[in-house]
Amino acid sequence: MSDPQRIPPGPATGQDPDTSPFNDTGPIAVGPAAPGCKKRDPIIIADGVRRSFGALKAVDVDHVEIPRHKITALIGPNGAGKTTFFNLLTGFDTPDSGSWTFDGKNLAGIRPHRVARLGMVRTFQLTKVMGKLTVIENMRLGGADQPGEALWRAMFPWLWREREAELTRTADSLLAMFKLAEKREDYAASLSGGQRKLLEMARALMAEPRLVMLDEPMAGVNPALTQSLLDHIKNLKATGTTVLFVEHDMHVVRHIADWVIVMAEGRVVAEGPPKEVMQDQAVIDAYLGAHHDVDLGAPEGVARLEDVLSEDAESVVGTEDAGELLAVHDEPDTQDPHGRQP
Amino acid sequence: MFRQANAAVIRWVGVVGLIALFAGLALASAVPALAMPSASASAAGQLQAPLQKQELTIRGTLRDGSVPIEGVRITASSTTGFSAEATTDKDGRWVIVVPAKGTYEVLLDVATLPADKPLSEGEANPRIVEFGTSSNMGVIFKVGENAAAATRSFGSILAERTVAGLSFGLLLALTAVGLSLVFGTTGLTNFAHGEMVTFGAVSTFALSAWGFPLWAALVVAVLLGGALGWLQDWGLWKPLRRRGSALVPMMIVSIGLALAMRYIILFFFGGTTEQLPSAQSPILVVLGVSISRNTLVSLVVSLVVIIAVALLLLKTRFGKATRAVADNPALAAASGIDVDRVIRMVWVVGSMLAALGGILWAYYRPGVAFNMGQQILLMIFAGVTLGGLGTVFGALIGSVLVGLMVEISTIWLEADLKYVGALAVMILVLLFKPQGLLGRRERVG
Amino acid sequence: MDFAAIFTNALTEIVSPITASYALAALGLAVHFGYAGLLNFGQAGFMAVGAYGFSISTLTFGAPLPVALLVALVASVLFALILGIPTLRLRADYLAIVTIAAAEIVRYIVTTNSLTNVTGSANGLATFERGFYALSPFPPGDYPVGPLNFNDRSLWVTLVAWGIVLLCAAIVWALMRSPWGRVLKGIREDENAVLSLGKNVFVYKMEALVIGGLFGSLAGILFTLPTGAVQPANYGSELTFFLWTALLLGGMATVFGSVLGAMIFWVVLSLTQGILLGLIEAGYITFLSSAQAGQLRYILVGVALMLLMIFRPQGILGNKKELAFS
Ligand SMILES: Nc1ncnc2c1ncn2[C@@H]1O[C@H](COP(=O)(O)OP(=O)(O)O)[C@@H](O)[C@H]1O
Ligand SMILES: [Mg+2]
Repeated sequence: MSDPQRIPPGPATGQDPDTSPFNDTGPIAVGPAAPGCKKRDPIIIADGVRRSFGALKAVDVDHVEIPRHKITALIGPNGAGKTTFFNLLTGFDTPDSGSWTFDGKNLAGIRPHRVARLGMVRTFQLTKVMGKLTVIENMRLGGADQPGEALWRAMFPWLWREREAELTRTADSLLAMFKLAEKREDYAASLSGGQRKLLEMARALMAEPRLVMLDEPMAGVNPALTQSLLDHIKNLKATGTTVLFVEHDMHVVRHIADWVIVMAEGRVVAEGPPKEVMQDQAVIDAYLGAHHDVDLGAPEGVARLEDVLSEDAESVVGTEDAGELLAVHDEPDTQDPHGRQP
Repeated sequence: MFRQANAAVIRWVGVVGLIALFAGLALASAVPALAMPSASASAAGQLQAPLQKQELTIRGTLRDGSVPIEGVRITASSTTGFSAEATTDKDGRWVIVVPAKGTYEVLLDVATLPADKPLSEGEANPRIVEFGTSSNMGVIFKVGENAAAATRSFGSILAERTVAGLSFGLLLALTAVGLSLVFGTTGLTNFAHGEMVTFGAVSTFALSAWGFPLWAALVVAVLLGGALGWLQDWGLWKPLRRRGSALVPMMIVSIGLALAMRYIILFFFGGTTEQLPSAQSPILVVLGVSISRNTLVSLVVSLVVIIAVALLLLKTRFGKATRAVADNPALAAASGIDVDRVIRMVWVVGSMLAALGGILWAYYRPGVAFNMGQQILLMIFAGVTLGGLGTVFGALIGSVLVGLMVEISTIWLEADLKYVGALAVMILVLLFKPQGLLGRRERVG
Repeated sequence: MDFAAIFTNALTEIVSPITASYALAALGLAVHFGYAGLLNFGQAGFMAVGAYGFSISTLTFGAPLPVALLVALVASVLFALILGIPTLRLRADYLAIVTIAAAEIVRYIVTTNSLTNVTGSANGLATFERGFYALSPFPPGDYPVGPLNFNDRSLWVTLVAWGIVLLCAAIVWALMRSPWGRVLKGIREDENAVLSLGKNVFVYKMEALVIGGLFGSLAGILFTLPTGAVQPANYGSELTFFLWTALLLGGMATVFGSVLGAMIFWVVLSLTQGILLGLIEAGYITFLSSAQAGQLRYILVGVALMLLMIFRPQGILGNKKELAFS
């Protein structure tokens, strides 16, 4: 939050991405793109991060760097360990070994709420909005530095009213941006799945993070909304926020990502600019197994890949709890026949 | 709409039927006991007081350690001029029947005590006894304790406590299986499980008071326990699962059920503590450890039943299906397992084990009381939590550990604190190993 | 049957300090469960800690009223910390089991014969309330209010009890409308989401546990003041479950639900008792003894708790849309 270069997000709707000071078009990597390559200006540097569940090595990343002020897509087949990697980076899970820094600060062993306060805010693959709070209350909950959140000040409204009004203003402009302004007073439980995704993303922005990590932000979002979501993400970059997101839709990745990192079986198998990565043999292997004949550079190749991906239903919607934290409080969207919640 | 209304009706019928049937059961077993006290007394031999007939007694057992003292005279007198006396029998027992509740002075005639077994230091004599709600007042005079304590080695005390602890632990384990299986398959933390335990003991008492021979009373009581489990799942839990009730509301429903069942039992059984047939048992010396026959029998019975249950879970189709459901109900359903049937069976088997555990618990405490299940429920929770919520084998091990802790802690702690140690250890274990000793680590952040 | 007497008795229950004490303890549960989602099944333990902290410091250490009060409150804060540290990071049902176990530990400890000279063991303690009544501004005498009869003592304790309930309700009301309350409600639904927004969930849960526990402990003191006696048998798990019934009756995530619930709880108990006993006396009911009539009421409590949870989990005052069961 002390980044001197940042401009607050919020009403910056009109920001033209092309004139943004963060639209640095120089090369991202220091050398040639290769798994684990160095970046000119990394915001996250992770080393030797490993996490296994029993015999399964869910994450086994030797070295990876996330470029600052860029949109980085983390892709990989279902079960590749993307969500687990998110959990590790944000302190929601503890690795067996490894270290990583965020803006030069060592984050290993830091608890999740501290990570968030340092400016690294994430969303969840299984959307987590508070259904029993109104949309605007959800938004305010995302705000940082609210003195009224301390117990002894909470009793005295005059100590926090001013900040509350500020937060409400920010929230309202974000809601307007995310086309949720009409739902302001509704309980979040009444929102559609896509609207929840939007709300969760908007809420994550309330704290004005320097890095947002979005786990499958597009999954389940109404196609009509996808385009505006993509614009939001590009807008974020324009306002100086670094974005790291997990996505399965190759169109989306090609459309907005500056950099793509591919994971498979816990490892980083490829990275580079979207176009190059799509032609990378390792990526094709990871996604298609034996189908080596597909050229992802050509439109038919991409279409073929997308066919394969859409057949794998889970890779689009995500398995219900793959890599997610124990969702004790989750209301699954579809009631399980035995009313049993995980 | 219709389906919903229909479901609601069924649910109502279920709940009301459950309560009515339960009440009916208790009534059916209580009324004959009232009607034919003589028959019941003769049939059940040592049965002490038939249900409902509230004979007021002051009673106790005079023992030096485990050796009963015979022929000691004890007198009870009141300010209203009543006076009666009793002499301890060969088991050291004495009973004085008094005409009315009130305050009595109980005096032990020290002259009739054996010379080498004086009254322990600091034992009040005479003793003032005031009747409260219960109709039996126990008065224990401690005798010769100082001398006895000196002669017994720590090793023998430890061995004795260990055997008793094993016996208690195994009976806990029996009752814990049901709780743990239900938790594993449905996620419900069932607070009414304690009343299933009470139910086993109370029905055994009622049936034997009704004239059943002990073995038949035991078998029928266990079967009735299973029937009650079936009924509960049919009338209450299955409809709630169908509705998709969340776990916490279900837990609170089980608390309501526990309260209702406990007071229904109190309503019919009364607040007294009664003894099952053969509650008094001789002390045997096995491999140099003295142990009461009932404790030994309870130990063997629990062990055999637990092994049978373990085999059932490991080897049979029902067991495999149960474990599959516990692991992942949706997947189990998809692979053709009738989840509801498995859960129903789990309720039946778990409740039968709880009833059996209740009978053993009645011998262990000893005595049948309306709130005996409430007392043991917490120990069951401790065992299950210690072992790991939802793992049956964890529950077995945890329960045995709790049993051992409870009994062994009495070497140092007052007997009225014996449950404290086990509960405290459970809290401490959670601090260091939240998933319990055998529980799987959950997907927690 | 004397209906006037039955209704006067019911009215007496509404304003009785015992009802106030139930309301306050249930309000503590509302903070725990209704707002923070913490399943505290050991509220009776908090009440016992308050009652014994107060009476022991008065009787054994001769502490004046404010000091005794402070001791009781500090003891309950410590109790909350001891309970919270091992369990607040665990799943909800662990807290339930641990709190009920801890409450029983407290009860066993105040009952044991080895501490008779401090706790009075099963007989409990008495005559520690003088300091409280010494503060009463009312000269000795009778103070009838409508059909209700108070004397100087009962009027004083009733006013103080309800004053405290109102004060605590106001505190909860203010807290739950503040950003602090918002975080708490967020936690009730999804801890991980709140963590991801940079709030220290553990601290909030602990604060909620302490506040609700303080209410419980104050309620425990109020509970003993009318008679000036504390008895361990009153602090069993059933007390906790009655409090839960009162809470759920009124509405678990509401400020006045616990007050309303406690009143209804006691009025219903009093009315059914009065009517059943009246019917028995008049010879209309012959198959019940008066002891059984008393037990019948608690069967009703259990059934009511079940039916409430199944058919109206939000209680009388609650809003179903805001009802969050974790
Ligand atoms: N808590 C957990 N326990 C056991 N296995 C897990 C856990 N979390 C994730 N996994 C496993 O780790 C692998 C990686 O999962 P995940 O990170 O969700 O992949 P992705 O997000 O790339 O689809 C999967 O095989 C998943 O089943
Ligand atoms: Mg994932």
